[in-house]
Amino acid sequence: MTEFTPISSTVGGILIGLSSLLMLGFNGRIAGISGIVGGIWGASSSERAWRAAFLFGLLGGGLLVFAVAPRAFGDGSPTSLPWLVVAGLLVGFGTRTGNGCTSGHGVCGMSRLSPRSIAATLVFMAVAAATVFVTRHLVG
Amino acid sequence: MNRTIVSLFSGLLFAIGLALAGMTDPLKVISFLDFTGAWDPSLAFVMGGAILVYAPVYRLITRASEPRFDSTFHLPTRKDIDLRLVAGAAMFGLGWGLSGFCPGPALVSVMSFGTDALVFGASMAVGMVAFGIWQQRRA
Repeated sequence: MTEFTPISSTVGGILIGLSSLLMLGFNGRIAGISGIVGGIWGASSSERAWRAAFLFGLLGGGLLVFAVAPRAFGDGSPTSLPWLVVAGLLVGFGTRTGNGCTSGHGVCGMSRLSPRSIAATLVFMAVAAATVFVTRHLVG
Repeated sequence: MNRTIVSLFSGLLFAIGLALAGMTDPLKVISFLDFTGAWDPSLAFVMGGAILVYAPVYRLITRASEPRFDSTFHLPTRKDIDLRLVAGAAMFGLGWGLSGFCPGPALVSVMSFGTDALVFGASMAVGMVAFGIWQQRRA
């Protein structure tokens, strides 16, 4: 059981929304992490620059969080290393195949009422919840 | 240059938002997905907060003719729900539920230098590149 944090979670969500609006208003881009970062592979040099800059921003933010509030990372993932390898491959390949993840589909696409994003969000939420049900309650 | 600076700052703000929201704690993510167990609904507030801000301002911004540093808005136009979309989302959901990591929080967590985040982040990068190679072969 983790602590219920409605206020900090809402404030964090608002910052994510603001960050996504910056990408839209200035660069005309959807702030979808898997699309921006996955798209570094095979992009032209001018495309690669802003994509890599966003990735460096994320990593720089991570370093800042690690320095200021390392508890934000909790105790890490409870999953064993072999399963983390499987999960990472699935998330990397799956988000590129399905054109988005929690940010691009879940925040930007849902806000735009895109049918594809609504469908994708329902599918990944349902499959993730079913997966947790199996790992926590059936085999856990 | 301007575009690059906006991206850098946006990524930084995004990372801080994710950490403050609780998204960088995989156990919290798994607890959010655990509807039949000790459910922690906090992370619904993350999507709620983000959409609350993004949805109305998105409409205002895209009414302008063009973004500040580009000639056009690069927005998805497809509306069809095909097998590839559903299969990809299902793969993602499986990996997310197994690990508690989705792409943004995984990349932010890499900088905690935890073995779990490093292993997941490297595997995710391999998965993304594998997709890129697969696409190039098909083209």
